[in-house]
Amino acid sequence: MNPEKWPADNMGFPPDKNTGLRLFLQTVIARAYPRIIGQQREKSWVFFDIFLPLLAVSAYVFVYRAIGAPEEYVGFVVMGGAMTAFWMNVLWSMSSQLYWEKEMGNLSLYIMAPNSMMAILLGMALGGLVATTLRALAITVLGSWLFEIPYAVASFGQLFLVFMLAMIALYGMGMLFASLFLLLSREAWHLSNLAQEPVYLFSGFYFPIKSFNFWVAATASIIPLTLGLDAMRQLVFPSGAALGFLSVPVEIGILAALCVIFLTAAKLLLEHMEKLAIREGRLTESRR
Amino acid sequence: MQKTSILNIQSLIPDRQTFTRSFRIAAWLGWQIESNWTDPFLFAVYSIAKPLAGAAILVVMYSIITNGAFESPIFPYIYLGNAFYMYVGGVMTGISWAVIDDREHYKTLKYMYVAPIHMPTYLLGRGVARFIVSSISVLITILFGVAFLHVKIDLAAVNWGLFFVSLLIGVLMLAMMGLMLAGITLLIAQHVWFIGDITAGALYLFSGAIFPLDVLPRFLRPVGFFMPITYWLELLRRSLVGSVAQAFPTLSGFSNAQLMGILLALTTVFAVLAAVIFFWCEHRARERGMIDMVTNY
Repeated sequence: MNPEKWPADNMGFPPDKNTGLRLFLQTVIARAYPRIIGQQREKSWVFFDIFLPLLAVSAYVFVYRAIGAPEEYVGFVVMGGAMTAFWMNVLWSMSSQLYWEKEMGNLSLYIMAPNSMMAILLGMALGGLVATTLRALAITVLGSWLFEIPYAVASFGQLFLVFMLAMIALYGMGMLFASLFLLLSREAWHLSNLAQEPVYLFSGFYFPIKSFNFWVAATASIIPLTLGLDAMRQLVFPSGAALGFLSVPVEIGILAALCVIFLTAAKLLLEHMEKLAIREGRLTESRR
Repeated sequence: MQKTSILNIQSLIPDRQTFTRSFRIAAWLGWQIESNWTDPFLFAVYSIAKPLAGAAILVVMYSIITNGAFESPIFPYIYLGNAFYMYVGGVMTGISWAVIDDREHYKTLKYMYVAPIHMPTYLLGRGVARFIVSSISVLITILFGVAFLHVKIDLAAVNWGLFFVSLLIGVLMLAMMGLMLAGITLLIAQHVWFIGDITAGALYLFSGAIFPLDVLPRFLRPVGFFMPITYWLELLRRSLVGSVAQAFPTLSGFSNAQLMGILLALTTVFAVLAAVIFFWCEHRARERGMIDMVTNY
C-alpha cells in the first residue's frame, strides 16, 4: 500500500493489524462465515441435507414397524437420523476439507497467510456445527411430526451439556482427521465413504448401543457420537434409561475426556502435518 | 446457426465395432478408477466392509426386536432385499457417476466427446466395475446370511432359470435408469453429487426392498407399484426362497410369469425413457456448452 494513502490518524505508521488472540478469533470467524452465510445464500442445500437423511430414517422406521418394534425405537431412529447430519458434516466438510483445499489450490494460501491453521480448522468446525445443527433440528422436527414421536426430557441442562460435549469432541475428531486425511491424499475420499455405514452400525445410530457386547460398545465409544447419542436417548425418551449403555454422568465424564484428547491430538497432528508438508513440498501436489 | 437434431438412429445404435471398443475400454477404465487407488487387500476390505455394515444394521435392528428369530419369513425378505439392493446403488449410480467423475474430477468429458466412441455405451461400460464390485458384495452378504444368520437357501430348490433371467433384466433396467440420471447430470451444475444417492434412497423406501409395501401409508404404495425394482426384488426372492413370497400379501396374487411380464414391460418403458431423456439432455448440454463445464461445486 502506498504510504501516502495510509489513514491520517495512524500518523505515518502502517495500519494496525490484528495479531495474537485477536487474529486467531478473526480467522475463526472468517472461516466460519462462508459456512453459515453460504447456507443462507443457497437454500437448496438445506433441502438435500434434510431430505436425504429423512429417506433413510423413514426406511428404518418402516422396518421397525414391519417387525412390530415398540414405538420408542422409532424415536431412536429419528434421533439417530438427525445425528447422521453431524457425522456426514464431520466426514465430508471437516476431515476431507484440507484435502479438497489442496486440490483447489487454497491450502498453500492458508499456510502462507499469517494466521493459525488451528484457527482455520476451528472456524470450519464452528461454521459447520451451526449450519448442521439447523439441519439436524429440522430432521428431528420433521421426523417427530411425521412419525408422532413422544418425548419426555428428564433434564434439559444435562441434555444441553451432553450435546455440547459430544459436538466439541466430534468436531475435535474432525480436526484431527483433517490433517490425517491430508497426509493420505486421494485415499481421503474413499476413507470418508468407507466411514459411513460401519460407523452408523457401531455407534448405534438406529438402535441402542447396549445391544452390543460391552467391549464392542466400549470400543465404539471412541467415536463421540456413540456416547452422545446414548446419553441423549436416555435423557429424552421415557424408556431410554433402561436401554442406556452407561449412566449419563459417566458418559458425560467420558465425553469431556474425549474433548480434551481430540483437540490436543488435532493440534499436535496439525503441527506435524504442516512441517511435513512444507519439508516435502506436498502442499501444491495434486494426485488424481 | 444450424441446429443439430436431438435424436437420430446413428446416435442411438452404434455399429458393432464402435460398441465393442467403447464398452470394453470404458469397462477397463472404470475398473482402474475404482480399484487402483490402493492395494488389492485394502480395496477388498473397502468393497466388503461397507455393504456388510449396511446389512448388519438391519440384522442388529431385527435381532433386538425379535430376540434373534431369524427363522421368521420376514428376515430373509429383509435380508435378501437389502442384499440385492446393492446393485441399485452400484449399477445405477455407477453409470451416472461417470459423468461427474469425467467432467468435474478428471476434466476429461470433453475429450470423451471428441473421441471415436459411442457415449451412452461408454457410460454403460463405466458401470461395469461397480457391477462387479456390487456382485461380490451381494454374494458375500448372502453367504454370510446363509452361514451365520439362518437364511435358508436350498441350492437344489432354487429356481436358477428365474434367478438369472430376473437378475439380467434387473441389471439392464438399472443400467437404463443410470443412463437417465447420467443425462440429467449433464445438465445440472449443483447437487450432482447427491442425485444418485437421492434416487437410490427414494427407491429403497418405495420399492419394498427391506419391508413389505403394505407397511407404507396407503397413498405412497402406488409409487412402489410403478417401480420395476419392486417386481425385480420379488422375483429374485421367489427364485431363491420361494416360501418368502407367500408370507406377504403385497404381490402374492401375482404368478412368477405375471411378475416377469410386468418387469419386462416396465424395463422397456424405462429403456425408452432413458434413451429419450439421455439424448435430449445431451443435446441441450451440447447446445448450452455444458459438456466441458467445471463447476467446482
